[in-house]
Amino acid sequence: MTLLLKGGRVVDPSQKLEKKVDLLVEKGKVAGLGKIQAKKTWQVIDASGWIVAPGFVDMHVHLREPGREDKETILSGSKAAAAGGFSSITCMPNTQPVNDSEAITRFILERADRAGLVNVFPAGAITKGLQGKELAEIGEMVKAGVVAITDDGKSVENNQIMRRALEYAKIFDIPIIDHCEDRQLSAAGHLNESAVSTRLGVPGISRAAEELDVARDTILSRITGGRVHIAHLSTQESLSWVRQAKKQGIRVTCEVTPHHFTLSDEDIKDYDTNYKMYPPLRTPSDVKAILKGLSDGSIDCIASDHAPHTRLEKELTFEEAANGIIGLETAVPLAWEFLIRRKIVSVSRLVELFSTNPNRILNLGRGTLKEGAIADITVIDPDCEIIVDVKKFKSKSRNCPFHDWRLRGLPVMTIVKGKIIFRRDTKV
Amino acid sequence: MPLREKHLLGIEELTLDEIELILNTSRSFREISTRPIKKVPTLRGKSLINLFYEPSTRTRSSFEIAAKRLGADSINVNVSLSSVTKGESLIDTGKNLQSMNPDIIALRHSSAGAPHLLAQYCESVCIVNAGDGMHEHPTQALLDALTILDHKKELEGLKVAIVGDIAHSRVARSNALLLGKMEADVWVCGPPTLIPMEFESFGVKVTYHMKEALEGADVIMMLRTQRERQSDVFFPSVKEYFALYGLDTKKMGWARSNAIVMHPGPINRGVEIDPELAEAGYSVIFEQVANGVAVRMAVLYLLLGASEEPGL
Repeated sequence: MTLLLKGGRVVDPSQKLEKKVDLLVEKGKVAGLGKIQAKKTWQVIDASGWIVAPGFVDMHVHLREPGREDKETILSGSKAAAAGGFSSITCMPNTQPVNDSEAITRFILERADRAGLVNVFPAGAITKGLQGKELAEIGEMVKAGVVAITDDGKSVENNQIMRRALEYAKIFDIPIIDHCEDRQLSAAGHLNESAVSTRLGVPGISRAAEELDVARDTILSRITGGRVHIAHLSTQESLSWVRQAKKQGIRVTCEVTPHHFTLSDEDIKDYDTNYKMYPPLRTPSDVKAILKGLSDGSIDCIASDHAPHTRLEKELTFEEAANGIIGLETAVPLAWEFLIRRKIVSVSRLVELFSTNPNRILNLGRGTLKEGAIADITVIDPDCEIIVDVKKFKSKSRNCPFHDWRLRGLPVMTIVKGKIIFRRDTKV
Repeated sequence: MPLREKHLLGIEELTLDEIELILNTSRSFREISTRPIKKVPTLRGKSLINLFYEPSTRTRSSFEIAAKRLGADSINVNVSLSSVTKGESLIDTGKNLQSMNPDIIALRHSSAGAPHLLAQYCESVCIVNAGDGMHEHPTQALLDALTILDHKKELEGLKVAIVGDIAHSRVARSNALLLGKMEADVWVCGPPTLIPMEFESFGVKVTYHMKEALEGADVIMMLRTQRERQSDVFFPSVKEYFALYGLDTKKMGWARSNAIVMHPGPINRGVEIDPELAEAGYSVIFEQVANGVAVRMAVLYLLLGASEEPGL
């Protein structure tokens, strides 16, 4: 089928393009950009007033399948991703069983294929069972389709094993995604250690728990030449380490989550467990530093760290509740509201953060709308507005602190390999 | 004038007027406990459930006695023997107890915010925080204030030194808040490992040196070193801790001659306080316990919306 997106503003940093042009999609590929006359048999979509961008990637998602299908499945997570404007997602390996083998990787890809919505690119474990002891069969997993390795939810505690992993991953040129957390420092804590944790009487997590691992990773990356990607970076000092490492030519990249640039620990009210996640919400000055990093280019991408949990795991005291919030369906409008409308970044920079850069980091062979490219496309309506209602999420879970927030800049269409997999009812 | 809030979750939520109301009401109730027949019918027909997820001798019996002296029924839910061990959540337990129509639940829990959670889900019961994690212990701070005021004219300008394990202490937080509201000159003192980050934000002065904390102090409040909460190493040994922060006769000499010594109990004799001192003339530890009953009577009475006069 042939599809013509007419009159949208095409924003594609990969070809430094930002202008109002028509975009033609044929046989799953981008077939043309420019002033294009529609033919009768084509499906024509009026995209005037909309942003047309290469498909967005959320490179940090927990799909929970296999093992915790009560929280999310590959199908429900794919639906949530599509509705959130993502054409591709990377799912973390901390499932039950852990994705530390070719078999589990194949299972995930099969389920994703059956869902037939977004591209699912699994991340495999660095170590068997996420135990931090022996390397998983990384080569086998890469052959099956993993695009990165990570022990997400934990960091690899043993420096020697982390070093070996960085060296070994060079064979496949895949990044190691590190959840930076020194667990000896963070063990007893539940939120950022600050005046807020002191007032609430909840044991705090020192920012040093994250920063030590960020520093270690940049050092090991320099020694080994391996690529390291810092997951959900959250403090000003972590960012300084990354910035400094980049200046020295170290192969380090990083992502931040929308909650870390929209909320701080001071927003935690009444022990609401929807404000509990790792890394914890930091101070307002960290939020400010992250906003700066987003605008000056030192942060590479935005990823949601979509972490579904059931009510049972969240309707507890703050100290007992599970870590994490869902984010697939709010990431793009939060970024639009807080970064574009507040003039922190340009639209083109936003597309880099959501598409160009994660595609480059993970080598997905996408992230561009050049002629002949795979037609993965995200369409945003800057004026489309919603009041977030967690009950309307496609995700199976509801653990989200943004309920009732008014957000603008919604994804209205998600296209994967030329096929419209999500369309929001907006224009009548 | 009643209390504004339905629950007593912490000192943080109380106004100055409310604190004074509770203290005055406590004073008027104190006399009941000295009568030959220690019971009035004020809260007859009301019931209190003590829901305690942590061991407690003083607080639990104090709530129970307070309820009984006012004619209310009180029930202790022994958590280790109840459904909790079968995995029932706090919310479910709360909702089940609520179905039996009690008027008040006094909750002690090892997690901060547990009473707030219970209050959200159990709308028809008043929740009293009887200690939540490292957060607050409001009735303790109220009984401490009552005890200080039995010995000192006013709290304003009084130098109060709170000494010991500040980090794990809900008593320290509630007291810092209450004494701060009353404009006392509050000092906290302990090893840096046991003082939480930015504790100055409570409006108190922080020192690691006993001499600075105790010099000219009117009130010395010794805290328990909560060994059961400490999962890692905060000081090298009890001997060294006592040498630096334990209260003995020599350190007592730095305080004002009419200073009083307080302790929320239970005391680790020889760890934070010289056993001799705990029983010396300036120790008001047992007065604190006695005042605990009066304060809890006042809290129960005020929360249950009893009309203007106590009607003794």
